[in-house]
Amino acid sequence: MKISVIITLKKDVLDPQGKVIHQTLDGMGFEDINEVRQGKYFEIDTKENDQIKAKEKVEEMCKKLLTNLVIENYKIIDVQ
Amino acid sequence: MKSSVVTFPGSNCDRDMDVALKKFGFKNKMVWHDDVELPKSDIVVLPGGFSYGDYLRCGSVASKSKIMKSVINFANSGGMVMGICNGFQILVETGLVPGVLLRNKYLEFICKNVFVKINDKQNTYFKNIDNNVLEFHIAHNEGNYFCTNDQLKEIEDNQQIAINYCNMDGVIEDQFNPNGSTKNIAGVFNKNKNVLGMMPHPERMIDPSLSGEDGSLFFKNLINNIK
Repeated sequence: MKISVIITLKKDVLDPQGKVIHQTLDGMGFEDINEVRQGKYFEIDTKENDQIKAKEKVEEMCKKLLTNLVIENYKIIDVQ
Repeated sequence: MKSSVVTFPGSNCDRDMDVALKKFGFKNKMVWHDDVELPKSDIVVLPGGFSYGDYLRCGSVASKSKIMKSVINFANSGGMVMGICNGFQILVETGLVPGVLLRNKYLEFICKNVFVKINDKQNTYFKNIDNNVLEFHIAHNEGNYFCTNDQLKEIEDNQQIAINYCNMDGVIEDQFNPNGSTKNIAGVFNKNKNVLGMMPHPERMIDPSLSGEDGSLFFKNLINNIK
């Protein structure tokens, strides 16, 4: 089973990389942008076939390693 | 006095720390990240570098390595643990000290000397040190200290802020903040002040012909305080 997770910086955390990307896009002529925030994306292929259990395991992985909850949020976006 | 320096894959200040600790009288042992037990130590040091290539988040993978279970137990039982630079990043990832270290505000790797003001001397690391301001070296890409407002209140109330970036006269202002750190924070303690994480490298300031002597002051004072 494949589970997709995205990790994003929390709202109040400064994202200098997102800012630079925003400025660059501005310079390229994409002038309608309000803000750019950069994040991470993980695809986890697990042997677990039970969808609920697999999701629970991935949540645990997110809490213990994949995210630092002081600055980041995680969201499971797809289970296949 | 016995010390241990942990080497992770990608550590690169471990030998410098070994040289510094020995120079000021510590009997130091190097410990491999895959070891399970710590040698008997008065202080454990997590050195600077790029453990595991800074994959995922700086220090996050190293914080889960085998030896870290022993380091966490050692710290929780009152043992002294000091993390420098990447070692500080590893400490925040274990949760032993509060906060996180974000990418530097202006996206530059910073490598230069800085002044830091000692904010608290009621601890084994800075007790009895005469100077209020020390000149140390920093070299990092992710040293921008950040914590939640609740955490900030807590570390201020408990006097857990160890050192702040400042000028040579000890003035703490935004213009002397190299990386965007909240309140110019360069180092923090845990609640009991037996664990210290800091971005500056005292081990790079132990030889006047190479750099400066403020690291010497720090280590001389440290071993006397532990004795």
